[in-house]
Amino acid sequence: MRAWAPIAIVVALLAAVPLVTASNVVLNFMVVALLTALVGQGWNLLGGYGGQYSFGHAAFFGTGAYATAILQVRYGVNAWLGFAIGIAAGAAVGAFIGALSFRSGLKGSYFALVTLAFAEVLRIVASVAPITGAGVGTLIKLDLRAEALQFQSRVPFYWIILGLVAVSVVIMRMIEDSRFGAYLVALRENEDAAKALGVNTTLVKLAAMTISAAIAAAGGCFYAQYFLFIDAGIAYGPWISIAALLAPIVGGAGTVFGPLLGALVVKTLGEATKLVAGDAPGLDLVIYGCVLILIVAFAPSGIAGLLLKARQRFAALKSLRPEPPHG
Amino acid sequence: MFRFSRVSRRRFLQSTGLGAVAGLVSAPVVSRAQATAVKVGILHPVSGALSYSGQQGRLGATMAIDEINAAGGIKALGGAKIEAVLGDAQSTPDGGNAEVEKMNSAEVSAIVGGYASAICLAASQTAARYDLPYVVDVGVVDSIVTRGLKNTFRFGPGFGVIAKTALDNLVSINDQAGKVAKTVVIVHEDSAFGAGLAKLLNAQLPDRGFQVLATIPHPTPTRDFNNVVLQIKALNPDLVIPADYYNEYVLLARTMQQQRVRPKGIYSVLGGAASSYKFVKEFPEAAQYIMDCNHWFDPKNAKAIDLKKKVEGKGEFFTYEVYMNYSCVLLLADALERAASADRAKITAALESSTFAGHVMPYGPTKFVNGQNQGAAPVNTQVLGNDIQVILPAAFASAKAVFPMPPA
Amino acid sequence: MLSPAILVPAVLNGLMTGAVYALIALGLTLIYGVLHIINFAHGALLTAAMFAAFFANNVLGLDPYLAALPLTVLFFALGYALQRFVIGPAGHGDDRNILLVTLGLAIVIENALLVAFRADTRTINLPYAFDVIEVGTAFLAVPRVIAFAVVVLVALVLWLFMRRTDTGKAIRAVAKEKFGAELSGIDVGHIYAVTFGLGTACVAVAACLLMPTYYVNPTAGNAFVLIAFTIVVLGGMGSVAGALIAGLFVGVVESLSGLYLGESLGQIGIFVMFILVLLFRPSGLFGERA
Repeated sequence: MRAWAPIAIVVALLAAVPLVTASNVVLNFMVVALLTALVGQGWNLLGGYGGQYSFGHAAFFGTGAYATAILQVRYGVNAWLGFAIGIAAGAAVGAFIGALSFRSGLKGSYFALVTLAFAEVLRIVASVAPITGAGVGTLIKLDLRAEALQFQSRVPFYWIILGLVAVSVVIMRMIEDSRFGAYLVALRENEDAAKALGVNTTLVKLAAMTISAAIAAAGGCFYAQYFLFIDAGIAYGPWISIAALLAPIVGGAGTVFGPLLGALVVKTLGEATKLVAGDAPGLDLVIYGCVLILIVAFAPSGIAGLLLKARQRFAALKSLRPEPPHG
Repeated sequence: MFRFSRVSRRRFLQSTGLGAVAGLVSAPVVSRAQATAVKVGILHPVSGALSYSGQQGRLGATMAIDEINAAGGIKALGGAKIEAVLGDAQSTPDGGNAEVEKMNSAEVSAIVGGYASAICLAASQTAARYDLPYVVDVGVVDSIVTRGLKNTFRFGPGFGVIAKTALDNLVSINDQAGKVAKTVVIVHEDSAFGAGLAKLLNAQLPDRGFQVLATIPHPTPTRDFNNVVLQIKALNPDLVIPADYYNEYVLLARTMQQQRVRPKGIYSVLGGAASSYKFVKEFPEAAQYIMDCNHWFDPKNAKAIDLKKKVEGKGEFFTYEVYMNYSCVLLLADALERAASADRAKITAALESSTFAGHVMPYGPTKFVNGQNQGAAPVNTQVLGNDIQVILPAAFASAKAVFPMPPA
Repeated sequence: MLSPAILVPAVLNGLMTGAVYALIALGLTLIYGVLHIINFAHGALLTAAMFAAFFANNVLGLDPYLAALPLTVLFFALGYALQRFVIGPAGHGDDRNILLVTLGLAIVIENALLVAFRADTRTINLPYAFDVIEVGTAFLAVPRVIAFAVVVLVALVLWLFMRRTDTGKAIRAVAKEKFGAELSGIDVGHIYAVTFGLGTACVAVAACLLMPTYYVNPTAGNAFVLIAFTIVVLGGMGSVAGALIAGLFVGVVESLSGLYLGESLGQIGIFVMFILVLLFRPSGLFGERA
C-alpha cells in the first residue's frame, strides 16, 4: 500500500501559496500552471501510463469548454451544472474517438495522428457552426457571483483548480495501485503479451481514454470560467494539445507527479526567458526552445526521472552499498 | 533588428538586480526635484501570428510617448514623464491576461493596446478587476464595449459603425455612378472580425438594394485562393467585398489579377491590405482602384503628415496600427493632464468626460458613451496611382472615387 | 457548381496545389519512414527555406527556380547536421524525447526567424508571376505549372535514388530492419542524418516553388504541416510514390470540397478522409501494413 503522504504534502504546500502571497501575478501564474498540469494529467493517463500518445487532447479540452459556455450563454444553465456536463461531454467524445480508433487497431503514430485529425475536425466545425458563435466565438457574461462560478478574487479559482489537480493525482495513484493500472502498464510495455495473458486491451485502452478525456475536459470547463471567452482556435487549437503532452513528458511520463512538475518547470521557464530576453519579440522563445531541448537531452526520463535517479544515488551513498544497477 | 529602448533596458536591469547596484553607483550628488514618472502599460502581440500588427502598434504607442516626454511630459504633474511598461501578449488571450497582471503589479496607471479582439476582451476584463483604465487600440467587435465594464474605452470605431458607414458610402458611390452595381460576392476570413462583419453586411445589403450572390468564408491562413476566385468568376458579380487580414487579402487580389477577374469594383470593408502602403508598393497593378472602408488617418492634419514622415523615415510603413495607437496614447496623456493625477479612478473619470481633439484621426468630436467614442468612424479610401486617397466623407476627401473600375 | 467550366479548372488547381503539398509531404514521409519520428520542426524548416529563397532573390537577385539548386544543397547539409548533432544525441533514441526535441527545434527556428527578420510579410514580385497558360476555361498560372513539373521530376529522381543507388538501398534497409542493417555494416547514424537531410532538401525545393506565388513570414510554413501529415498517412509512411499520388489527390479533394462546402468547412473534407483512411486502411495507398 503506497503512502499517500507525498500527495498530501504536495497538495498542502500548494494550498499554502495564497496564504503566503497576495501577488496576483503569482496567483495567475499558478492558476495557469495548474490548469496545464490538469490537462497534462489527463494526457499522462493515456500516454504516460498507457503508452498511447495523443496529439489531439484539444478535442476534449475544447468540448468541455464549449459545452459549459454554450449551456450557460444560450440555455441559461447554471455554471456548476454546466461544468459537470462539460466533463461528461468530454468523456463521451473521448469514448467515441477511442472506440473508433482502438477497434480499428490503431497504435503508435497512427493513433497520434488520428487524434490530431479529430481535434482539427472539431476546430473547423466549431469555427463555422452557428451554435458556437462560429468565428466570433462565445463570450460568457461577466457575473461575479459564486453561483455563476466566477469570482472577484483569483483565490477561489486557485482553490478550484488545485482541488481538481489534487483529485486527478489521487485518481492516478489509485489507478497505479489497481489491477486496471497494472493492465494499462502491461499493454504499454507489450500489448501482444498482455493480450496473450487475457487482458482485454481494447477495453482497458478505452477506459483509460475516457477518464483521460474527462480530466482534460475539466480543464476546458475551468478555462471557460476563468477567461470567459473561447473561440475555435482557443478551444480546439494545437496549443493545448501541445501543452498537454509537453508537461507530462518534461516532468516524467507515467508518474503521478510528472505533469505537475512538468507544468511548473515549463511555465517557470517561459517566465524566466522573458525576464532574461527583455522586450525583443521572440528572443525569449528562442531561449525557451533551446532550454527545452537541453532538458530533454539531459533528463530523458523527465524531471521525475532525474529526481528518482538522484534519490537512488543518495540512498546508495548513504548505505555505502555499491550502486544498484540502472535499468 | 530589435528595438532595445531606454525604457525596456531599465526594466531588464531592474529585474536582474543589476539596477539596484547601478542605482547606488549613479546616485546624483545634487538632487533635482524630478516628478515621479507615470507608468503606462503598452500591450501588443509582438510575437506569434499577429506579430507584425503588434509591432506596428507598439511603434505608434512608443513614438507618442517619446514625443510627449520630449515636449516636457505631463505638465499637470510637474513635467512627469510617461514610462512605458511594454508587454507581449504573444498573440493569445491568456498571454495578454498574464501581462495585464504583471502591469498591474508594476503599478501602471492605465493600459493601452491589445490589438486583436480576443486579446482585448480578456485583457480589459482582467484590468477591470483592478479598476485599471484600459484603452482599446483597434479591436472592433462590439462586445468589447457592451459588457458594462467601466474601465474599458475604445477610441476607434466598432463593427456596427464600420458596417453602417461602409454601406452608406457604397450606396453613395454607386448612386453617383448611376447605380451600376447590383450584385455582390462577400469573401471573408472566418474568425471574429470577418464573420461578424459578414453577418452584418448580409443583413443590411438587401435593404440597400444589393443582391448577395454568395458569401465565401475562408480560414486564416488560407494557402490558395484559386478556387475562391473561380467561384467569383462563375458568379460574375458587379462587386466583390473582401474582409480579410493582410496576407490573405494580398493573395486574393493577386489571384484575381492572375485569373483576369475584374468586377466593376472591389469594395473592401476592413480590407487587410486594401488601404496598405505596403501592398500598393509591392503589387501596384493588383492594388489599383481597390476601395476600402477602414481605419485611416486624417490626411489634412499636419501632425498626421509629420508622423507619417517620421515613421517612413524609420523605414516602416504607415499602417493603421501605428496611428491608432499614437492617438490612443495622446488621448490618455490628455486625460492625465486633466486628471492631474496618476490615480486610476481619476484617469477613468477624465477619460469618460474627454473631448480630446488633438489626435490625428478623421473623427467627429470625441465623446465616450459606455466606453465607445461616438465620434469614431472609418473613412473610404481608394488606391489611385501609387497612392492611397481618401474619397469619402467629403470633409476629409483628397480625391474623387473612380467607379466603376476602368477596363484593364 | 457542377458545370465543367468550374469543375475542370478546380481539379487542375487542385493538382497544382497538391503537387507542392506532395513535395512537402515527401520530406516528412522519408523522415518518418526511416527514422520513425514525427518531425514537428518540418513547418519551421519550410519557413526558413522560404526566407532563404526570399533573400536569394532580394539580395543576390537570384530567380527562385535557380536558387533551388544551391538551397537544396544548403538545406540538405542543415538537415544532416540537425539530425546528427542535435536530434540524434538529445533524443536518446526515445520516441517521446525525439518528439519534444523536434518541438523545441520548431520553437527555436520560428522565433529565431522572428528575431532576425521581424514579422513583416515578405513577397517576391517576379515579372512572369502573373503570366497564365489558357487551357479551355482554365487560366493556369505559369509558376504553378512549373511547380507541378518540378515536383514530379523531384519525386522521380528521389524514387530512382532510393531504388538504384547504394545509399538509397541502405536507407530502405534501415527503414525496414534497423538492426539487420547495422549488422551488415551500415552506419545507421549516418543514414538517419542523410535521410533527414533529404527531407529538409525537399522542403527547400518546395519553398522555392512556393515563393513566386505565396509569401513568407515567421509563421508561414505552419499552414502546410497538418496537410502534409495527412498526405504522409494517406500515401503510406515512407513511400515516395505514395506521397506524390496522395498529395495530388488531397489537393483535388481540398479544391472540390472547398467549392461545395466553402473554403472553411471544406477543409474538413481532408481530415474526414484522413480519419477514414486511418480507420479502415492505415497503411495508406502504398505503405506497409500498419
